[in-house]
Amino acid sequence: MSVKRDSLSVGLAVGAAGVAFGAVAVADHFTVAQACFLSLVLFSGASQFSLVAVMSAGGSPLSAIITGTFLGGRNGLYGVRMAQILKLKGFKRAVAAQITIDESTGVAIAQESPENQHTAFWYTGFGVFFFWNLFTLIGALGAKAIGDTSAWGLDVASPAIFCAVLFPRLKERKLLIAGVLSFIWALSITQFVPAGVPIISTVVIAAIVGWK
Amino acid sequence: MNSQWVAVIVTSVLCYAIKYIGHAIPEIWLAHPRVQRVTNLIPIVLLSALVAMQAFTTKTKFMVDHRLAGITVAIVALTAKLPFPVVVIGAMATSAIVYRLKI
Repeated sequence: MSVKRDSLSVGLAVGAAGVAFGAVAVADHFTVAQACFLSLVLFSGASQFSLVAVMSAGGSPLSAIITGTFLGGRNGLYGVRMAQILKLKGFKRAVAAQITIDESTGVAIAQESPENQHTAFWYTGFGVFFFWNLFTLIGALGAKAIGDTSAWGLDVASPAIFCAVLFPRLKERKLLIAGVLSFIWALSITQFVPAGVPIISTVVIAAIVGWK
Repeated sequence: MNSQWVAVIVTSVLCYAIKYIGHAIPEIWLAHPRVQRVTNLIPIVLLSALVAMQAFTTKTKFMVDHRLAGITVAIVALTAKLPFPVVVIGAMATSAIVYRLKI
C-alpha cells in the first residue's frame, strides 16, 4: 500500500513545482496555452524550463529545440530500463513512453518486487502528470500572486525526492560508486559545458563501472 | 504560426520520439549481461547528477545556498528512516525558512 502512497506523494510534491513552470513561462512572455501545451505534450520539466529560458534570453527557436531535446535525451535511456521491467506492447507502451520521466523511473527502480515496480511506475507517472498539468495552469494564471518559488521550498522538492529514491539503492557498492562519481563529475564540469551535458555525460560512468 | 509555437511543438514531438524509441529497442539487443549491468546503472548515474545540478547549481554555475539546508534535512530524515512525505516536506520547509531568513 505504501508504494501507492509514496508514488502519489511524489506526484503531488513534484506536480506542485509545476506552479513554478507555469509562472516562469508566462513571465517570459509565453502564453497560458503554450505553457499548458508544453506540460501536456512535452511533459519533461528540464526540457520545458530550458525551452522557455533559451527563447526568453533571445535564443533562436532552433537553439531552444536543440537544448530542450538534448535535456529530454535521458528519458530515452529511462525508457530502455523501464521497457525491461514493464514489458509492454502497442498502446500501453505508447502511453508508458509519455510518462517515462525522472520520477516514474526513479520510484519504480527503488522497489524490490516487479509488481511494486509496475505500480510505482504507473502511479508516479500519472500522479506527476495530473498534478504537473494542474499546477502549470494555476501557475500560468496566477504568475504574479506566487512570486518567488524558492520562498515556498519548491526548488528543493525535486532533489529531495531523488535523494529519497537513490538512498536505498546506494547500499550496493557498485551503485554507490557510480552515484558518487556522477555527482562529483556533474558539479566539476557544469561551469564549462552547455546545460544538460553534465547529466547525460554520466552515461560514460555507468558504462565504465558496469563493464565488469 | 509564431516562432514560439514552432519551438514548443517541434521540441514536444522530438522528446516524445526519444521516450518511445527507448521503450521500443528490441529486447534481444539488451540481453547481454554487460548491457544489463550498464542499463541498470544508467538511472542511478543520471539521477545522481540531476540531484547535484538541482541542489548545487544556479544557471549552470556551482552554487551553495539555502537548498543545502533542505537537502541536509532530507538526508538526516532518510538516515532516521522517516516516511517519504516527511522527508520531502521537511526538506521543502527547511529550505523555504532558510531562504526567507536570508541566512
